[in-house]
Amino acid sequence: MAADIKTIVMPKWGLAMQEGMVARWLVAPGAVIKAGEEILDIETSKIANVYESPVAGPLRRTLVAEGETVPVGALLGVVADSDVGDDEIEAFITEFQASFVQQAEAAVGPPEPQMIEADGRRFRYLQIGEADGPPVVFIHGFGGDLNNWQFNQEALAAGRTTYALDLPGHGGSTKEVGAGDVAALADAVTAFLDAQAIDRAHLVGHSLGGAIAAYLALKRGERVASATLIASAGLGAEINMAYIEGFMSAKRRKQLEPVLQLLVADPEMVSREMIEDVLKMKRIDGVEAALQKVIGAVFPGGRQALLLTDLLGDADAPVQVIFGAEDQIVPAGHLAGLPSAVPAHKLSGAGHMVHMEKAAEVNDLISRFIEG
Amino acid sequence: MAKKSYRQAIAEALRQEMERDARVIVMGEDVAGGMGAPGEDDAWGGPLGVTKGLMPIFGRDRVLDTPITESAFIGAAAGAAATGLRPVAELMFVDFFGVCFDQIFNQAAKFRYMFGGKAVTPLVVRTMYGAGFRAASQHSQCLYPVFTHIPGLKVVLPSSPYEAKGLLIQAIRDDDPVIFFEHKAMYDEEEEVPDEPYAIPFGEANLTREGDDVTIVAFGRMVGFANQVADKLAKDGISCTVVDPRTTSPLDSDTILECVEETGRLVVVDEAHPRCSMASDIAGLAAQHVFGALKAPIQMVTAPHAPVPFSPSLEDLYIPSPDKIEAAVRKTMAS
Amino acid sequence: MQLSREELLKAYRQMCLIRAFEDTVHEEFSAGNIPGFVHLYAGEEASGVGVCLHLTDKDCIASTHRGHGHCIAKGCDVGGMMKEIFGRADGLCGGKGGSMHIADLSKGMMGANGIVGGGPPLICGAALTAKTLKTGGVAIAFVGDGGSNQGTTAESLNLAKVWNLPAVFVFEDNGYAESTASSWSVAGDLVERGKAYGMPARRVDGFDFFEVWDAAREAIERARNGDGPSVLHVKLSRYYGHFEGDAMTYRAPGEIDAVKAQKDCIALFKRRVTEAGLLEPDQLAAIEDETAREVADALVDAKAAPPPGEAKLLTDVYVAY
Repeated sequence: MAADIKTIVMPKWGLAMQEGMVARWLVAPGAVIKAGEEILDIETSKIANVYESPVAGPLRRTLVAEGETVPVGALLGVVADSDVGDDEIEAFITEFQASFVQQAEAAVGPPEPQMIEADGRRFRYLQIGEADGPPVVFIHGFGGDLNNWQFNQEALAAGRTTYALDLPGHGGSTKEVGAGDVAALADAVTAFLDAQAIDRAHLVGHSLGGAIAAYLALKRGERVASATLIASAGLGAEINMAYIEGFMSAKRRKQLEPVLQLLVADPEMVSREMIEDVLKMKRIDGVEAALQKVIGAVFPGGRQALLLTDLLGDADAPVQVIFGAEDQIVPAGHLAGLPSAVPAHKLSGAGHMVHMEKAAEVNDLISRFIEG
Repeated sequence: MAKKSYRQAIAEALRQEMERDARVIVMGEDVAGGMGAPGEDDAWGGPLGVTKGLMPIFGRDRVLDTPITESAFIGAAAGAAATGLRPVAELMFVDFFGVCFDQIFNQAAKFRYMFGGKAVTPLVVRTMYGAGFRAASQHSQCLYPVFTHIPGLKVVLPSSPYEAKGLLIQAIRDDDPVIFFEHKAMYDEEEEVPDEPYAIPFGEANLTREGDDVTIVAFGRMVGFANQVADKLAKDGISCTVVDPRTTSPLDSDTILECVEETGRLVVVDEAHPRCSMASDIAGLAAQHVFGALKAPIQMVTAPHAPVPFSPSLEDLYIPSPDKIEAAVRKTMAS
Repeated sequence: MQLSREELLKAYRQMCLIRAFEDTVHEEFSAGNIPGFVHLYAGEEASGVGVCLHLTDKDCIASTHRGHGHCIAKGCDVGGMMKEIFGRADGLCGGKGGSMHIADLSKGMMGANGIVGGGPPLICGAALTAKTLKTGGVAIAFVGDGGSNQGTTAESLNLAKVWNLPAVFVFEDNGYAESTASSWSVAGDLVERGKAYGMPARRVDGFDFFEVWDAAREAIERARNGDGPSVLHVKLSRYYGHFEGDAMTYRAPGEIDAVKAQKDCIALFKRRVTEAGLLEPDQLAAIEDETAREVADALVDAKAAPPPGEAKLLTDVYVAY
């Protein structure tokens, strides 16, 4: 019986998230919702984002009012076909709530980032999932870290091994970036793969990480099972240097907020804590010098140094490219120059952080591409 | 990154800066402990164990126990700073400043000015302050306004473990004399603190809450109290900005005044006595510069003009509490 | 140990320079040309020079409010000092310190000090730097008989011994702390005080340059060798008042004249080196002329130099703020 009843629970976005607030229901009880449909706005201390339904069917009950804060995993709504009786739904809810409390008490901690030494360099990474087959390796962009994949990694970890790593100069990894260019950073990713004994991986790269993934697909094709390039660098000369310079020069929340708002289509998505986390990252010893070196090597003279577009059609590994239509950092127009063999996706209503803004769609594209 | 206590954050900052720069030394009464005694070495690490573990790593040459002789060793720290070391001296309780203040305010603070800009005195004095330990009148004072008054000194009041680590690293790297105030009731407070070294610049206030109705400026331990109040009042529809100035010298008066202009209401929370305090200083700044923006009289929540009492029943009345802060916010909202 | 001819010439030169400097400052102050107040070292020259002749720039000294002599003995520029005393923009401290705060850290001169007893703790720090960084340097605290009674001095003696610091405490006992006699204000005995802290201590005739030089040599060598701090109790006399304008009614009639006639340190030095044939009288006369000229030139320059402008009022409070 319960098999016919599907749940909508408070999702876990990132490691630190323990609770979330239901800011707004976008659907009312009685509505028939589709999988991937935007059904509610959730706010955490880190981020505000829209939640896309993981299930389809009539929404029979909502259990959390707008403005209420509940722990991760708490029941938000119940979806079931009309042939399931109200009494069955009540019984299901009662049982869920009873067992949820028990779960919370027995909760094991979330997966924690770990450190690994690779070719003399320290890397921080987060592993989620354990399965056979080539793992998925997430490579963040300039100024980011492994937390950028908080809406993606867990979703793609079902039946797979996934790793998100911090690039050199970023997050908890070494602040030594070598030459600081795409080739040097790609070597660092290769060293990470070696240290993890990963022969072949599905690479998912964002922005600068996209250029790294593309570079590896071209130069080290034997190590790459597939490459998904999201809002990727390396596909055209243009780059919003005002963003890069603003990111580097901002010392305070007020200065950084408008800069980070360039990353997303909906500026409301940028929370105080997201800004605070970037400021904290920039204060770490060696980060500023490392990032400056990367800027000098990757964006000399305010233009992208490495252009791979024309080569992508000949890559040994399959490559796909995803952009947010409203990307203000790297123009989505770069999609136009791609070889026809490379699948290109432009998602409307999203900016540079399309994998966060349209997580369900992006996850679905990645998943289907990997499964080939 | 892991959760670390205020104590651990301070110890980590000291250890990392000592590793980075051989000129950094730590000195003070019992900073290792057990010097010359028949029992354990590194017996104390200071009375509350903050510096424990440094001596076994860096040796007695860089972690120097002193006799009980504040005037000599604080002066020695000033002299060592002016001649090439970067000493971190621990003045166990700030209440002991009375026996060594000359070395701080007439010597270290003034070298640079008196000597026409030729002296560099990278001295840090770490010191415990604040009430709440039932430690009575001579071990519980705040006194940071006294130090803030002195040109040439920088005065730091970290309000959390993250702040403590970054501000102490900045203090040690800073080329001016810095008085670093550690609230003794905060040593066991925990939060996420990066493992890597990082520095938080001085003179940049941190807005720990941002709201529209009232600006609460709070110092040191009071920042946490103000945050509690802001969170509570948010549920009643009163939205507060909480400003943690981080340093009272330099003071980020621009940010404070901007916030007061935006909200039109100001509550200052200062654990020190009210006369010539940070509370009166901030209130004066607001009255001088943004008087026209004020919608209500400024409220000051401070300790009274009285020594810190011993009896728990009296000390609890003495310390500015979240309840008193809440009452002050409600009062300014009502007028 | 003997002084070389060069060292003797240098010693005489420095003592004459200090005397000429202080006599000039005395005259200028009396004429109302110097702001504030000044404390003069004339009469005490053998002490500062006898000690500092053993030092180089890597060694530090801390001085007292009566600091001009120590500054000159430690190598501070006389022109810069005179400008400083006149409050000029290019004085040694930019005109911001004045007589009581002349310093030149590049010469190891950590400052004259307006606080009696202010120097000894600083010297513990300078000695700690030398010890920690293994520079081979030593640090010397000059303290008056007045400063000997300050708690800072007692604490510093103890700390220097406990930490086995390369330090020397030189008590320059000119008989008066302001108007109060050291015979009354100093209980016990300064040599015994040093010994009580477990350190070698010696009484020295401060009118006799050679005795000061020898005692300082012993103490400084001990410090340099890692054998810890020492005390020197130097008995001497000041020719001028506590500060300029002090009528010195507390001193005995004829006291200063008698000292000048019988024990002046420069005259004693001169007699000794000429009688022993170590230096020629005309060499000494040339030094007297030369130092007088140097001070006269410094005075002309200082009087002509501009004062600091308003732009300097708020500079040098911090390295960065």
